[in-house]
Amino acid sequence: MKLVTAIIKPFKLDDVKSALEAYGIQGMTVSEASGYGRQRGHTEVYRGAEYTVDLVPKVRLEVLVEDDDADSVVEVVVKSAQTGRIGDGKVWTVPVETVARVRTGERGPDAL
Amino acid sequence: MDLNSGDTAWVLASTALVLLMTPGLAFFYGGMTQAKSTLNMMMMSFITICIVSVLWVVYGFSLAFTDSGSGLIGTISKSGLGTAVNELTNNGGPYGIPLLAFAGFQLMFAVITPALISGAIADRTKFLTWGVFVALWVTLVYFPVAHWVFYFGNKAADGTVTGAGWLAAKGVEDFAGGTAVHINAGAAGLALAIVLGRRIGFKKNPTRPHNLPLVLMGAGLLWFGWFGFNAGSALGANATAALALMNTQVATAAALGGWLLVEKIRDGHPTSLGAASGAVAGLVAITPACAFIAPWAAVLLGVLAGAVCSLAVGLKYKLNYDDSLDVVGVHMVGGIVGCLFIGFFGSSAVNAVGIDGLFYGGGWKLLGLQALGAFSVLAYSFVVTLILGFLLEKTLGFRISRDAELEGIDLTEHAETAYDFEGALGGGFGSGSVATKTKVALRADEEVPA
Repeated sequence: MKLVTAIIKPFKLDDVKSALEAYGIQGMTVSEASGYGRQRGHTEVYRGAEYTVDLVPKVRLEVLVEDDDADSVVEVVVKSAQTGRIGDGKVWTVPVETVARVRTGERGPDAL
Repeated sequence: MDLNSGDTAWVLASTALVLLMTPGLAFFYGGMTQAKSTLNMMMMSFITICIVSVLWVVYGFSLAFTDSGSGLIGTISKSGLGTAVNELTNNGGPYGIPLLAFAGFQLMFAVITPALISGAIADRTKFLTWGVFVALWVTLVYFPVAHWVFYFGNKAADGTVTGAGWLAAKGVEDFAGGTAVHINAGAAGLALAIVLGRRIGFKKNPTRPHNLPLVLMGAGLLWFGWFGFNAGSALGANATAALALMNTQVATAAALGGWLLVEKIRDGHPTSLGAASGAVAGLVAITPACAFIAPWAAVLLGVLAGAVCSLAVGLKYKLNYDDSLDVVGVHMVGGIVGCLFIGFFGSSAVNAVGIDGLFYGGGWKLLGLQALGAFSVLAYSFVVTLILGFLLEKTLGFRISRDAELEGIDLTEHAETAYDFEGALGGGFGSGSVATKTKVALRADEEVPA
């Protein structure tokens, strides 16, 4: 199994969620996050003084999938989250040792 | 003179309006600080209501508004205000309002002036020292200066006036407190910003306002209350009050526009903080002038004040003093602009009490008087505040520790925080909240569910 983690623009969450549901993904975890990549935040001006805001609001989306699905899920996220402009985010996968469903105690792919 | 119920009603209502300006100021300043120091900022305003109100009854009103013959400060003959009950006001002439209505109205000016100073020393001031400072500052600076500017002496039945404050006696025109309130607070703010020093991260890692809607609400409340401040200073429901009210409105509106215009040209974007700041700059500048100039001149003054103040707030970065919320740039500079403006545009046709300024054929006399008023108050306030500030710094200590400043002054000085940031859903399942509930249940001797 793999954990797919995506950092995306907050306003793209609905598109990504719909696309993942259409692909057949049944659950996900979403949290608010902040950070920056190559776009390096933005500047704001208060009473004429410039402030650099490094950390931009983002959404962090996590999905557990079977090994075979991982590449396709990454593909689905990239396609649905893309605006083509700087700051679109990142997607990555990491191997997962085990997964257990709390309600039943099922292990492995059955628990997904 | 008999009591006039219309005049009295207006002064009573104005008193309530001016009181509201201090909480309004608390919101205005509170929104501009960081989330971790907003309660302290607001408390610095609220505590002035407490301290100054009590001192006002004990000796403040008496020092500011009784006749000692010196023109520098009054006497303690009206201490406790017991003798003022049932007396009518006489301030350079008789008014049909109770002396206590006048005293209450003037109290609100004494409350907001030290509150204005607090913006210069945001995020880093020991609360106890601030309280001691407020008590000493109003005694040593505000009460005397109010006597200089606002006390027009006692007018006897034969027409002789005795004991007027020295600036009032010279004929300095300051209708509602451009000198005694705004230049006074601005100069004191500059002195304290120097005494306390710069905040950690000044210029290198500056902090931005944590809640701009709060700033806009505060500016709105100030604007609303300011009608009492300026139009109420007519001490009657009359044509002078109407002139002051109209001038207050148009100067403020024009200053809001003036500030935004500078921002649009210089920075590219008109900002909400700029709108709030411009409005306050306009209110400050029109305060001394509101009953001495025509409404069209008030528009001009507003645009000028908005533009000048928006440029003046940048001075602190060049001169390296941390006037955190721009008390100097808005109140001191705005007050000076308004005071000097009367020297050019003051007109005896608008107000028979005033004299003609430079543009009305009155020559340089009025401008000279206005400059004397503005800069004597500025110098006195700056010097006394600087000395008082250094004495308090050496004795009680004026600034919180570096750790406390980093952790947040709300927590270290007041054991409170403004916002519940626990948990992503507003603290609903944060561990702190659960612990709190358990504690409440135990305190009520209820059984804790297993």
